Amino acid sequence: MTLASTPDARLQLIGITKRYHALVANDQISLTVAPGEIHAVLGENGAGKSTLMKIIYGAVRADAGQMLWNGRQVEVASPEAARRLGIGMVFQHFSLFETLSVVENIALALEGPFNLAALAERVRSVSTQYGLPLDPGRLVHSLSVGERQRVEIVRCLLQNPQLLILDEPTSVLTPQAVQKLFETLRQLAREGVSILYISHKLHEIQSLCDRATVIRSGRVTGHAIPSQETPASLARMMIGRELPHTEMAPFTGTPHTVLQVDALSAASPDPFGTALDAVSLQVQSGEILGIAGISGNGQNELMAALSGEAPVASAAVKLEGRAIGHLDAGARRDLGLGFVPEERLGRGAVPAMSLSRNALLTAHRQGMVNYGLVSYTRAAEFARQVIARFGVKCGGEQALARSLSGGNLQKFIVGREIAQNPRLLLVSQPTWGVDVGAAAQLRQTLVDLSRQGVAILVVSEELEELFEICDRIAVLAGGRLSPPQPRAACNAEAIGLLMAGPQAA
Amino acid sequence: MHLLEPRAEPSRTLQWAAPPLAILLMLLAGSVLFLLLGRDPLEAFRVFFIQPLESGYGWSELLLKAGPLILIAEGLAIGFRARIYNIGAEGQLIFGAVCAGGVAIYAQGHEGSWTLPLMVLAGGLGGMFWGAIPALLKTRFNAEETLTTLMLTYVANFLLSWLVHIPWRDPQGMNFPQSVMFSDAELFTPLFEGSRVNTSIFMAVVAVLVFWLLVKRSFLAFRLEVGGQAPTAARYAGFSAQATVWVSLCVSGLTAGLAGVGEVAGPIGQLNLNLSPGYGYAAIIVAYLGRLHPLGIVLSGLLMALLYLGGEAAQMSLQLPAAITGLFQGMLLFFLLGADAFIENRFRFLRRAA
Amino acid sequence: MMDHLTPILVGTLGAATPLVLAGLGELITERSGVMNLGVEGMMLIGAIAGFATAVGTDGSVILGLLGGVAAGVLAASAFAVLALSLAANQAACGLALTIFGVGLSAFIGQSYVSHSLAGLQPWAIPVLSDVPFVGPILFRQDPVVYLAFLLYVLVAWTLAHTKVGLLLRAVGESPEAAHAIGYPVLGIRWLATLTGGGFAGLAGAYLSIVYTPLWVQNMTAGRGWISVALVVFAAWKPTRLLLGACLFGGVTILQFHAQGLGLDVPVELLAALPYLATILVLVLISRDRNLLLLNLPASLSRPFLPGR
Repeated sequence: MTLASTPDARLQLIGITKRYHALVANDQISLTVAPGEIHAVLGENGAGKSTLMKIIYGAVRADAGQMLWNGRQVEVASPEAARRLGIGMVFQHFSLFETLSVVENIALALEGPFNLAALAERVRSVSTQYGLPLDPGRLVHSLSVGERQRVEIVRCLLQNPQLLILDEPTSVLTPQAVQKLFETLRQLAREGVSILYISHKLHEIQSLCDRATVIRSGRVTGHAIPSQETPASLARMMIGRELPHTEMAPFTGTPHTVLQVDALSAASPDPFGTALDAVSLQVQSGEILGIAGISGNGQNELMAALSGEAPVASAAVKLEGRAIGHLDAGARRDLGLGFVPEERLGRGAVPAMSLSRNALLTAHRQGMVNYGLVSYTRAAEFARQVIARFGVKCGGEQALARSLSGGNLQKFIVGREIAQNPRLLLVSQPTWGVDVGAAAQLRQTLVDLSRQGVAILVVSEELEELFEICDRIAVLAGGRLSPPQPRAACNAEAIGLLMAGPQAA
Repeated sequence: MHLLEPRAEPSRTLQWAAPPLAILLMLLAGSVLFLLLGRDPLEAFRVFFIQPLESGYGWSELLLKAGPLILIAEGLAIGFRARIYNIGAEGQLIFGAVCAGGVAIYAQGHEGSWTLPLMVLAGGLGGMFWGAIPALLKTRFNAEETLTTLMLTYVANFLLSWLVHIPWRDPQGMNFPQSVMFSDAELFTPLFEGSRVNTSIFMAVVAVLVFWLLVKRSFLAFRLEVGGQAPTAARYAGFSAQATVWVSLCVSGLTAGLAGVGEVAGPIGQLNLNLSPGYGYAAIIVAYLGRLHPLGIVLSGLLMALLYLGGEAAQMSLQLPAAITGLFQGMLLFFLLGADAFIENRFRFLRRAA
Repeated sequence: MMDHLTPILVGTLGAATPLVLAGLGELITERSGVMNLGVEGMMLIGAIAGFATAVGTDGSVILGLLGGVAAGVLAASAFAVLALSLAANQAACGLALTIFGVGLSAFIGQSYVSHSLAGLQPWAIPVLSDVPFVGPILFRQDPVVYLAFLLYVLVAWTLAHTKVGLLLRAVGESPEAAHAIGYPVLGIRWLATLTGGGFAGLAGAYLSIVYTPLWVQNMTAGRGWISVALVVFAAWKPTRLLLGACLFGGVTILQFHAQGLGLDVPVELLAALPYLATILVLVLISRDRNLLLLNLPASLSRPFLPGR
């Protein structure tokens, strides 16, 4: 495809290419953004969207290709250079300093004289102007995830950007907060600011964006006007086929209570964490209980308390009637608990160890250790079985955990836990950073497992996912858990209000 | 300033090639140093690395020095695999020596075949105790073991100093700060007539075999390694972090204490202020240079022993300060760490070529 | 008792000075997220380099101290190449630097064992030094003591009130975030590490040129390690560091006044006191996990390689 330079374009990319080792993250990507346009970059996890944005923002340099800014060819050597041009970026992760205040965070990204008091005033005025209320003096670690995003947006706005890049901005927001964000973005667009909106959420792009560029495996697979497309047609461009969905049969066995949690309260080991406040719940055999909510509202603390990584009062957690709150993770596994944590590398698996050794990590109970000595052949055999049964794509059981893609490592970890026949399975963020195909397979696996009589508890930020696979849903906000409701009785609006917590009501 | 980028897969070649590479770089830097000092590098290296091994006695001295280095390094390696940085093996060695020496001093006059085994027991337990203190401070109060183990080394030194100055000073020792000489029943038997290397070397041999089995096959070593590489994964799997700390520090304390017994009941034969020429510190380098591998440590221990002998030879033949050994040790560790960086990474400018 | 108190307090400040200097340097380094355990080595290298310079320049104290600073910076740069540019394990690199420093200083120092220097006379600050009790203690010290306290003020002010200080904290907390918004993380860490080296070199040179003033092998006697511990004790705050250093200065000086105070305790026990005290303060501070976690530079000792 050839693109002539479009004279009135704000940003034009021509043939951008970027390689990492053997992987081509961006292959000849071209796109054009007009002033005041909200332009979507649509693609699933791993499609190369983030790399492209980092190239525009100067954080990563392209191997080939051109970038035109207001019709002029530019080389963006650093984020600082990008900011000077008028490009602002709202990051998905990693760009605020927890121990610094809002205004200090903003000061670090601005040039000019260092005057915190004057800056605080500007922060206040800009944040009210755009409906993004912020207290400049607060420390970032005390802010909610939504408030942190406001800090990032205000930080960009103070630099009078002509182009604002937002990378998956709604993954951390309640449905109501998403609507507020969209209003702000539309206001900015009306004022002439161009917006590059990166997402994999089809309905959001349809409701917000003027035009879209779709990327798959590093290549542009289509340009579209989202309002004229259907979710199915966008999905075809994004993943090459229809969005898969999960088959849910009813449970035919007799349910009994597997996990019972009574008034569980626990302080957080992390000084910036959220304490659990009298959390009670039950999970029956044959059902999936979903816990919705924005990360940082006690999810980590709850999972650590249930898995045994952070033992709690003995009677607060019961597994099939037996008090296990005081037991550590190993002892709970002995009783039939399986756990898939949200961090795969470093928690669910040791990055620099082979899959075979990572099998040993939790499955050593399956006869791999005798008299303190390890049978590495048995561990390898177990790993091979998991790889075959769950279709893990890897270089064999001796491949290092970190050499696997997110989706394949997640399949391995889920497979390892399932292959030990747990009676209770805890799963945190089952499909974070996983491509659509693997995500669908993982969801179906969980549903099928529950229908065999296993009790499953899933914590997820993705509301749609919970609606797809859960029998009942509860919301964790500020360390408190709302009473679980059958899925049919839930709707996204009501759950969104609960997610925002009492202070937002 | 960014010299590196991560490799897709760690380099298996460099994993084993890094130590020889570091040794080569040390020799190169050493040549430059010798040239600067106005010495012929070839001659200097001959004195340093060949001359000490030209006689049978030289080889026996090599074993004498390699024994404690290997013994301590084997214990340290267990902890280092778990990322528990015991850098106070020197103190544990001294405390072990003090405990063994105490047994020897009080046994004088009625010693028997039980004395030496008791000294070994006391020294091993003593070293373990000195290592257990930082373990307690770490597990109970979260105090960094790097600093506490090191501070305890100074304390052990002052304790030794006080003992040989006052309560345990040899009354016939012309006021020198040293204890009485131990009797034959309190000393390890020499392996060969006329050499100083003695049966204490079997402690190192046993340690190598035990640690080899441990690393190769034991679930304990696997748990320690997980704890070191990914503490969060260890907690996830239910491996106790506290146990890791205790095992690491007690085991390395034990081996250091035993090495201390080997010194006082071996070549030194008494308690004095020059118990150890820094074996506790040098063993850290030995452990790393040996890739924390039980057999690798044997090789690196022999090399380090040769550096000690070479330093002594250089002092006599070349009139260079014996401290040159420390200089070489430091350079060796520097180069090793530098070479190790390329196991996981490579130079950025090689990117296009790959 | 009072007869002894004044000399003890006078000596305390002198004994505290190397700890203040080395501690401030390490504090700056650690604030940027770099744990340099090589302070002891850098001090020793600074001590011998400073001493050699002073001897070589007919006893010039100023040149000697500058020589110490330069040597400290050089030593720190060896650490920085490994631990920053090559992203090697920081604890191991620091340890290597200490082992190297011990060896190098002993090697060079061999030929300086018999030399001695004149040291520095105290500067009595007019008027202030005549204030009873306080005057002689605070205002009749040698110039390096004043310099150390000036540096303390400078460091504390910079950290609290300038963009440089803010940036240092930011890099120490999250190098990823600092990199994302466009700061040269490695460059900042390099500068902080070299600054730490300069401070440690000065501390070492002060010991050999002014405080003792002699070269003795291993003369720092663990002061570098104590400084590292003091930074933890100080929860990375300059004022707490200053107070901690003075406390340790006092403990160190005690052994020289024990007899005069009528303390019948073996001198070795008193000499061991600073080390035992270090363990004690580490335990006291580390017990309070939250205090540490809230102040600890979150990226401390984690290498940063800007990858993808």
